[in-house]
Amino acid sequence: MTSPGNSAILQQTAALYRRRRLVDRLMTGVMVVAVIVAVVPLFFILFYLLKEGIPGLSLDLFTQEPNRPGKEGGGVHNALVGSGIMVGLALLIGVPIAVGTGIFLSEYGQNRAGSFIRFFIEVMAGIPSITIGLFVYSLIVANQSGLLPVMGHFTAFAGALALAILLVPIVARITEEMLLLVPRSLREASYALGAPRWRTVLRIVLPTALPGIITGIMLGLSRIAGEAAALLFTALGNQFFSTDINAPMDSIPRRIYVYALGPYDYWHEQAWAMSLILVATILIISLVVRALFGSRVTVRS
Amino acid sequence: MTTRDLSRPRRPSSLQNRLQLGDWTFRTLTGLAGLVAMAVIVGAFYELGSQAWPAIKHGGISVLWDTSWNPGRQEFGVGVFVIGTLITSMFALVAATIIAVLVSLFLVEVAPGYISRPVSYLIELLAAIPSVVYGLWGIFVMGVFVRDHFGPVVVSTFGWIPIFDGTPLITGLFSACVILTVMILPTVMAVSRDVIAAVPRSQREGLMALGATRWEMIRLTVLPYARSGVMGAAILGLARAVGETLAVTLVIGNSVRIPDNIFSPAYTMASVIANQFPEATGLHQSALIEVALILLAITFIINIVARLLVWKVTGGHRAVVQE
Amino acid sequence: MTETQTTPSTMQVPPPPVVRAALGATVPVAKEAPPITIELRDVSAFYGKKLAVSGVSMSIRAHSVTALIGPSGCGKSTLIRTINRMHEFAPGARVEGSIIVDGVNIYGPGIDPARVRQRIGMVFQKPNPFPTMSIADNVAAGLRFMGIRSKSELRDRVESALKRAALWDEVKNDLKKPGIAISGGQQQRLCIARAIAVEPDIVLMDEPCSALDPIATLKIEDLMRELARDYTIVTVTHNMQQAARVSDQTAFMLMDPGDLAGHLVEYGPTSDIFTNPKDSRTEDYISGRFG
Repeated sequence: MTSPGNSAILQQTAALYRRRRLVDRLMTGVMVVAVIVAVVPLFFILFYLLKEGIPGLSLDLFTQEPNRPGKEGGGVHNALVGSGIMVGLALLIGVPIAVGTGIFLSEYGQNRAGSFIRFFIEVMAGIPSITIGLFVYSLIVANQSGLLPVMGHFTAFAGALALAILLVPIVARITEEMLLLVPRSLREASYALGAPRWRTVLRIVLPTALPGIITGIMLGLSRIAGEAAALLFTALGNQFFSTDINAPMDSIPRRIYVYALGPYDYWHEQAWAMSLILVATILIISLVVRALFGSRVTVRS
Repeated sequence: MTTRDLSRPRRPSSLQNRLQLGDWTFRTLTGLAGLVAMAVIVGAFYELGSQAWPAIKHGGISVLWDTSWNPGRQEFGVGVFVIGTLITSMFALVAATIIAVLVSLFLVEVAPGYISRPVSYLIELLAAIPSVVYGLWGIFVMGVFVRDHFGPVVVSTFGWIPIFDGTPLITGLFSACVILTVMILPTVMAVSRDVIAAVPRSQREGLMALGATRWEMIRLTVLPYARSGVMGAAILGLARAVGETLAVTLVIGNSVRIPDNIFSPAYTMASVIANQFPEATGLHQSALIEVALILLAITFIINIVARLLVWKVTGGHRAVVQE
Repeated sequence: MTETQTTPSTMQVPPPPVVRAALGATVPVAKEAPPITIELRDVSAFYGKKLAVSGVSMSIRAHSVTALIGPSGCGKSTLIRTINRMHEFAPGARVEGSIIVDGVNIYGPGIDPARVRQRIGMVFQKPNPFPTMSIADNVAAGLRFMGIRSKSELRDRVESALKRAALWDEVKNDLKKPGIAISGGQQQRLCIARAIAVEPDIVLMDEPCSALDPIATLKIEDLMRELARDYTIVTVTHNMQQAARVSDQTAFMLMDPGDLAGHLVEYGPTSDIFTNPKDSRTEDYISGRFG
């Protein structure tokens, strides 16, 4: 067993060693550059939101209806209220379904039925919002198939339904995760008292996981609050103030889209201001959720 | 619901049985909620399919690669949009994955916790910004920069290469690619970071103990080990990029022609729907719904592929690691 | 703190080979008394602010097997990981004191840990072959860092390392298979082959048999005795019989209830430690009264 002299090997490879160390440092440098590239857009976006958005903020924006195109001034009161109504309605429709799904997946879902439903939830989470918009359009607005005994025109309800479809997979997944975090011992204590499973879930498991589920709902809310594509062909838009859910309704994201495409400078200014309000709302929700519940759950759209 | 189930003639007198019926009801109710997801998917395929049927009958399968889209002449080939979607989402996929993996490596392997946590959070915040806000920023900030500064430099430097020889405008293919990259970055980063963090410590130590530098350790164990998981992350990003609508609609320029350079205006499948649907009627509308149907089918397929990959990763891990 | 200071300095000087032979050491001792190659001087290891190993000083002889024993939590694994600077791989971990290997303080300024680890190999508790590499590539992994490119030289060195690790006959037809396609005991010998392929001066083994069955354990123990001819072996074990069977020197460590850090209690020839311990706590541990 002749072992080659170590010192000889090490000397022979001194140059090689320097190269290896250089490559290591180079790659670390490349990683740092990548981090900068990844973080810079956020700062640029936030910077311009403040720079362009703050001048457009005014009381009128919150209290006035839009003027006819071309006439400066006016506000987006109708869009603010419309967004609020449709997001609220979407929560009403979506949250029970999502929480029910989450309960089923965590309590009864460790089998084929569970993976089956989980698969569809994943697919649902991945459907482009524009496709959801067209689905709801064809289901409710066009209503050609006659599957539902409804409407036949653009309505706020259709918009809310599209938002609810976006909401369900987000909230369902977080609900399942949160319910699974509830310690076994808590359930067992309840079973030991003779409580049936469903009562255990409703009285013990669900209340314990409630903060986490609320987090999920908040995150879902911040996702649908910024959604425009799903509303384009469902709720359409409305120049005027409306609270009728059986009529077209305006929303903030859709109005940003319209104003961004439009020719008037004051539209662009208002679009920036609305974006600032929207992003600030979403970021505040995200920060509050994070402060309350830690980093386990994060915003993902 | 409960009372009706209790009235079923299945020995309701027995307490045990009544408990089971309560459970059965609860399970059925929550299960029905779960089935809503399936109903939505099936319903979407059915609704979009039936609305798209006239266009499908009209154009057949060849519309997928046919590049002549002319509603006036009743030509509805979606090839141009398929190309636009392919170019933008592939660019975003590759760029975002490379950046995301490098960032993940930095966060997991290099940076101490007090740096990696805030950085990671900042990048995840990118996911919280709505699509339409990206679009707004894309036109008024990035697009202007591309037209006035970045574009001219690229054209004068690389203009001799055909794909760089164009007229940089505010909107165009390049702007769409960049916006999409930024938008899917947080998704890809979050998943690949978790995948890389899941590489067992024993593997890293094994290589470090042989005298590897950190990069050698990453190249020889971390990356091979995390490869399929990173692919899964990339596919999740791809799904987002393919369906992304308004940001792209605002910055891509919306022109029905095959792009011949990186600054050409173009169209994606999602952006043509957003842009043309309001004025579309009859067969034109049906053709746009067909595009939505194709997007839905792509989403479905991507999810199946991602699922298989994830299954492979988790299945593989169990066999591979003795932890 | 007290025990290391009161440990008589004679403890730390291993007896000359003649004495070792007289004590019935089971292996042939090198003809000339080998130079001392590892010297720990007041080594303390920390995880963040927490002291894990406190003030250990000891001299480890070349071409012999030195065993670190002690109850779990006594810092023996942490201590062995300071010898090739693997300890600092854990986040927030650091080392104080110095370790002199071959006249050089490996914690001295300008010393690259990667360079240290090339000369001081390590085998871990659980076999950790690289699943994405073949058996041959596993062994060759460290050789590539030395700049060995030639296929034939790589092949020769892989073969030689596998032979010394007593694994060659079992895997010579399966060199292309993934490193995890073999049994746990074989995987651990593969990891030993991987460590010795680069011809290190020292091989550290951190409870190398704890995840193995008794037969595989015996094979590794034989291998350790065998390897001690060419390498300096330091091993951690929680198995006292194993320490008695394979080691020439034994160091007994214990967690001090005061500072909750590991201290070196007693260090000397294995036969002394097991038959005639100086410290009552060593005796308690050896005789199974605690731990």
